[in-house]
Amino acid sequence: MDITFQAFMAQLTIGLIGGCFYALLSMGLAIIFGLLNIINFTHGAQFMMAAFLAWIGLTQIGPWLGYPDFQINFWVALVLAPLCVALFGMVIERTLLRRLYHLDHLYGLLLTFGVALVMEGAFRYAFGVSGQGYEPPEILQGPIDVGFMLLPKYRVFVVVASLLICFGTWYLFERTKLGAYLRAGTENPRLLQAFGINVPVMITLTYGFGVALAGIAGVLAAPIMQVTPLMGGNLLNIVFAVVVIGGLGSILGAMMTGLALGLIEGLTKVVYPEASTVVVFVIMALALLVRPAGLFGREA
Amino acid sequence: MSNTFKIFLVLIGLALIVPFVPGLIYPVFVMKVMCYGLFACAFNLLLGFTGLVSFAHAAFLGSAGYVTGALMIRFGNHPLGMPAAFAAGVAAAALVGFAIGGLAIRRRGIYFAMITLALSQIIYFLAVQFRWTGGEDGLQGIPRGSLFGLDLSSDTVMYYVTLALFAAGFLFVDRVVHSPFGQILQAVRDNEARATSLGYDTDRFKLLAFVISAAVAGYAGAMKALVFQLVSLNDVSLHTSTEVVLMTLLGGVGTIFGPLLGAGLVVGLQNYLATIGDLVTVVIGLIFIVCVSFFRRGIVGEFLHLRRRRAERGKTRPVLTATRAEAPAVEAA
Repeated sequence: MDITFQAFMAQLTIGLIGGCFYALLSMGLAIIFGLLNIINFTHGAQFMMAAFLAWIGLTQIGPWLGYPDFQINFWVALVLAPLCVALFGMVIERTLLRRLYHLDHLYGLLLTFGVALVMEGAFRYAFGVSGQGYEPPEILQGPIDVGFMLLPKYRVFVVVASLLICFGTWYLFERTKLGAYLRAGTENPRLLQAFGINVPVMITLTYGFGVALAGIAGVLAAPIMQVTPLMGGNLLNIVFAVVVIGGLGSILGAMMTGLALGLIEGLTKVVYPEASTVVVFVIMALALLVRPAGLFGREA
Repeated sequence: MSNTFKIFLVLIGLALIVPFVPGLIYPVFVMKVMCYGLFACAFNLLLGFTGLVSFAHAAFLGSAGYVTGALMIRFGNHPLGMPAAFAAGVAAAALVGFAIGGLAIRRRGIYFAMITLALSQIIYFLAVQFRWTGGEDGLQGIPRGSLFGLDLSSDTVMYYVTLALFAAGFLFVDRVVHSPFGQILQAVRDNEARATSLGYDTDRFKLLAFVISAAVAGYAGAMKALVFQLVSLNDVSLHTSTEVVLMTLLGGVGTIFGPLLGAGLVVGLQNYLATIGDLVTVVIGLIFIVCVSFFRRGIVGEFLHLRRRRAERGKTRPVLTATRAEAPAVEAA
């Protein structure tokens, strides 16, 4: 194979960036699953919604309001868009999801799926299917020399920011008092409530937090990927495979699996580009044959 | 004669006269409902009677459609072309079902659903990549060929053949549900641990149910390929897998006629709403939310539930039809 070292590293870096998004999304899924026991099929739509909100804030809102020069700063959008999406998610949790907790998981799955359809359909109706996008902030434009190659600064930023958020989340859940409550809620919510913790509020906030992680991923992804109503759904299919491989039992596990599969996908692009879109699914099939319970598994 | 069979005969009787009143209802529409209705029945066999939710059913519908279509394009003129292509399509779907089901039953609950979803993406990818599937174009202008000397290119002949195929498929599903095998499936659905303790190899039964469901979905897909002479990527897409969940949920999970009614409503809705374009997805999503939140038994399920309640109030023995009158079992799982 005559592949230059540069090309190899470039694909690996692209894989790493993809892996960061997988990690953020599967971590959110794992957090939500831990406490709510549902698989959040709306995750992709929420990812997409945050990207759209950021795009609207950065490029559209000025003309809409009649001040063509007005636009929301990228950094503000990075906080605001995930917050809006999280708020929206928490409303859904309070009004719809909450009613289904006593039923089979299947109903939560179907409900979140329905919400995702409504969101995707609404955005497609409003904005069409063509890709949109926005530029990263000026400070992150241009390339940076990372030793072996030149990389756009923004991509480096995405990797660093994602890893920081992942480790922050892990720290929050595994090393703080609040995290202890959350893990206790996963183990035995009724006992935790008996100790005076307001579990229903905790559940709502946890759902919001998981959704916000998807939102952050969405805002970060928008300058790299095309912002379209289907961007989340397509990504979520892969993230589901990631989650099946890693299992939803541990936050660290979800994160590691996400990063690893991103890298593998990048490698596949070097070796056999046609297969790169399905390599994650194939690995999932193999993993199921070898280790059916998942690498960090906890049965649903 | 059971109630189910009476209703079935009435439906077939009504369907028989459809071609004579084209002004009232369009025969092609009825054929579409029959294809999707059988598809939903196949899905219901898995969700309603085995308690497994699959997001891969489009993969079975589509792979059978592709195989049947591709074979008809090549060998459609042969007198035995149509039955052979049809059978090959069903076999292909069963094979894909065996592969996907065999992997998916290794996990339970929501993992099962996610695995079927992920694996169906591989089928979609293959349909895009292969040359014989026509890639983005799909297969167009598939000849219908002939069956026992009957030329199927006429819509009326095709209509009656479709009706016969549909009736056979529907009765087969009904037979499976009410067989001892079907009883075991329902036992697995209601309490898998207990079924295991009674000595049943539940994984084997789940896999067999999955393969049968995939084969019937493929049967519907082969029918659809011949009726519309067209197979496209939409047939293997997640969108189609979603629709079949909706049809079953709307009509009534775990009822015999629910999926049929659901298919009729969803296909009708699509025809009716075709003009609003992207908003169809929104409407479908809203129906999902309403069904799951307020209406978990589905239309047929709610009807049976009401009737049973009334019968109980009258202190008579409930008039149980062959369908399950209680709430969908997934609720109890």
